[in-house]
Amino acid sequence: MPVSRRSFLHVSAVAGGGMLLGYFDPKAFAQAPAAATPPPLDPNLFVRIAPDGAVTLISRNPEIGQGIKNMLPMLIAEELEVDWQTVKIEQADYDPKYGTTQWTGGSRAVSNNWLPMQQVGAAARQMLIAAAAKTWGVPETECYASHGRVIHRPTDRSLGYGEVAAKAATLPPPDLQSVQLKQPAAYNLIGQPTIGVDVPDIVRGKPIYAIDFKLPGMLFACYVKCPVFGGTVVSANLDEIKQMPGVKDAFVVDHGVDVGPVQKGDPGLEPGIAVVATTWWQAQSARKKLNVKWNEGPGANQDSGEFAKTALDLSKQAPQRTLKTAGDVDAAFKGDVKVLDAAYAYPFISHAPMEPRACNARFQDGKLEFWSNTQQPGRGRELVAKQLGLKPEDITIHLLRAGGSFGRGLTNDYMVEVGYIAKKMGVPIKLLWSREDDMTHDYYRPGGFHFLKAAVDSSGKMVAWRNHFVSYGDGETFAPAAGLSPTEFPFGFVPNFAALCSVMPLRIKTGALRAPGANSQCFVMQSFVDELAHAAGKDPVEFRLALISQGPGENKGYNADRIRGVLQLAAERSGWGKRQLAPGRALGVAFQYSFQGYFAHVAEVSVSAKKELKVHKVWVVGDVGSQIINPSAAVSQVQGGVIDGLSETMHQEITLQAGRVVQTNFNTHQLIGMRQAPEIDVHFLKSDNPPTGLGEPALPPVMPAVCNAIFAASGDRVRTLPLSKSGYTWA
Amino acid sequence: MAINLKVNGHSTHVDAPPDTPLLWVLRDILNLHGTKYGCGIGQCGACTVHLGGQPVRSCVTPVSAAANATITTIEGLSPDGSHPLQKAWTTVDVPQCGYCQAGQIMSAAALLAKTPHPTDQEIDTAMGGNLCRCGTYVRIREAIHIAAGNKKPSGATAVEGSL
Repeated sequence: MPVSRRSFLHVSAVAGGGMLLGYFDPKAFAQAPAAATPPPLDPNLFVRIAPDGAVTLISRNPEIGQGIKNMLPMLIAEELEVDWQTVKIEQADYDPKYGTTQWTGGSRAVSNNWLPMQQVGAAARQMLIAAAAKTWGVPETECYASHGRVIHRPTDRSLGYGEVAAKAATLPPPDLQSVQLKQPAAYNLIGQPTIGVDVPDIVRGKPIYAIDFKLPGMLFACYVKCPVFGGTVVSANLDEIKQMPGVKDAFVVDHGVDVGPVQKGDPGLEPGIAVVATTWWQAQSARKKLNVKWNEGPGANQDSGEFAKTALDLSKQAPQRTLKTAGDVDAAFKGDVKVLDAAYAYPFISHAPMEPRACNARFQDGKLEFWSNTQQPGRGRELVAKQLGLKPEDITIHLLRAGGSFGRGLTNDYMVEVGYIAKKMGVPIKLLWSREDDMTHDYYRPGGFHFLKAAVDSSGKMVAWRNHFVSYGDGETFAPAAGLSPTEFPFGFVPNFAALCSVMPLRIKTGALRAPGANSQCFVMQSFVDELAHAAGKDPVEFRLALISQGPGENKGYNADRIRGVLQLAAERSGWGKRQLAPGRALGVAFQYSFQGYFAHVAEVSVSAKKELKVHKVWVVGDVGSQIINPSAAVSQVQGGVIDGLSETMHQEITLQAGRVVQTNFNTHQLIGMRQAPEIDVHFLKSDNPPTGLGEPALPPVMPAVCNAIFAASGDRVRTLPLSKSGYTWA
Repeated sequence: MAINLKVNGHSTHVDAPPDTPLLWVLRDILNLHGTKYGCGIGQCGACTVHLGGQPVRSCVTPVSAAANATITTIEGLSPDGSHPLQKAWTTVDVPQCGYCQAGQIMSAAALLAKTPHPTDQEIDTAMGGNLCRCGTYVRIREAIHIAAGNKKPSGATAVEGSL
């Protein structure tokens, strides 16, 4: 969080003479729902120093696989001057006292925590030094901290943190804004690769995920929803199901959700049938015998083919809305220019984290306790409170490591479901969705259609760009994550620009998938820019560089120089224009600014006459500011982004027939495997900008880089994802 | 019905219908949670265990088919997490979310038991049924080569890129 000026540190003693340190953000309380009594002014606990000197650092944000549980404590440890190998890392529970940014998403963890976590560590260091100086009766300026000890420089005396922690806890904490932070040249830990703190548990198979959590007396639940979103139960053979082995109860959850022409981010508790049994397999076996009559509701006639037809119809009509214009595109198209038209489309896709939705809950004495893998516990608490009629302060959320998430855990439908079941049953419940439940009841990445027209002049310069974007929504409201940023590239870089849109109703849930917006728009924009480059007879890298120089652009925060930097370096590292490649083998390029990061990718591919594709290598250059905090996790995020992007490029598509999701598992919504994973060259271009996150921005350029390489290798311009729809397979 | 299982060197009796997938016996009855549920149809490999030394997908293996055979799960791969693959996985910092990695390691262990020094192609074949949603394949390959002694871990192993 950006720590407000009114934030202040709070320290307190621990039993036996240690020290606790955190900071208190009055804004967090101001935003918390009103309680009968004000919350106690106890600190957030980020640092715990035991009398024996043992240091525990607490990581507040949910860990979904990007390495937050290393990154946040590393920032504290750097300033605290403690050895990484000796500190213990703990995952925080959800607590409003941790502020409004105790969530994971939007690649925000670095930018939200970079300064605050260092300030926490530096303040603790400063207080420990002050306590030691008092003990010795010497000026603080003669002392410094190193390896968990305070050292008196003139005499070389030293005291361990544990020895002075009790005294430090009695000192007034410094103002967070005034603490002195280290100069980057003095970093010992930031910039050094550290191994994921949970890796030893992961390789030993320790039970650290939500799906693994168990309480005495816990029962297991399945929750069966209508295959059509929002459909309600008319009748079901519950008496028969209740007789099945191990089944403790089976009941209808008679909630209704509004299935309008556009869905809310969190529709609430969807109607369905809960089956609760002694083991999950018993619950799952019983649910397979369910015979339900559903009232499918207004979503039942939805069909992906119809969406495409409607989109084409809408494209031929006047756009419903204007998102952004500059200059006069219509006039520009009439000039002495070469005009290109193209229609691009991309599908709905599913998050499909390897751990299907799993959550644990216990209802006791009017209070509900969760053990969850949510990305947004604060939103989860609000939703559960509202849906189940509880006070937020009666809901506790313990955060467990998520087996992937990619945005799925931003929405907390499954928490409401297990909360409801646990409240009704009065015993601890584990809800586990089957893979089929997970894939057919997701908040999908919305598909979309772009009807593009653009012009290059006789000098090869892009002079006009018109996009009629056909998406999903109602009136002026886009379905969640189905919008187009009015200032999306190439706005600001082309003199005549029009972003227009039309929408059609959608009665399924949609939501943010890793790099939302960019994960689909980048394919469209960077592919069509490539078409224009070829139409202009220009080299695709040179054409883009020229386009960037037509900036500076009006986009807030969009820095053309940073795009140029990564693009030039990616071209250089890949040997762009300098290597002779065999026929059928070529390079493709793309770039994207998203989630505060600037990325350019070059893909080298081979394509056979039978459309067999091999991605040999992908070069990635990213600019995410002045510092890579943990290079091991950073490189891993980029490698993962590339591989994730290749799965989306080749395979992934969710379609609807009769309102039902057709794809139900990894056999029909596929991930690439080991054999398809290319060599990946990762380079970070450091720039004099505050560090920003890496969970998302390395993904979007993958799709257009590969498709542009396919065109260069074969002459086939792919305008619809996934590639498998156009007959492509892996070589 | 009572079925005799030999899991990680221990004999045990479980009472479960014979068609119960071995995965759910391991997880819900024997409380061995290291073996993961990913797809339930043998498509992802997260549930990989060794049955008589062979890698199998426990989500589609009926417990009756495992009766009296030797079963090894990630918890039993080594007494203390010191199997060369477990060490290499740590050195290379393979996991992102980590959920699929027990299955990955079990498939890799079966490969190395048969083929102590696998080539890239042999790794592709043996690991082809293990999906990683986070995309850690590059590091999985690296870790297998290191565990096999095909290459040495370098200080820069965890950072293939440049800064």
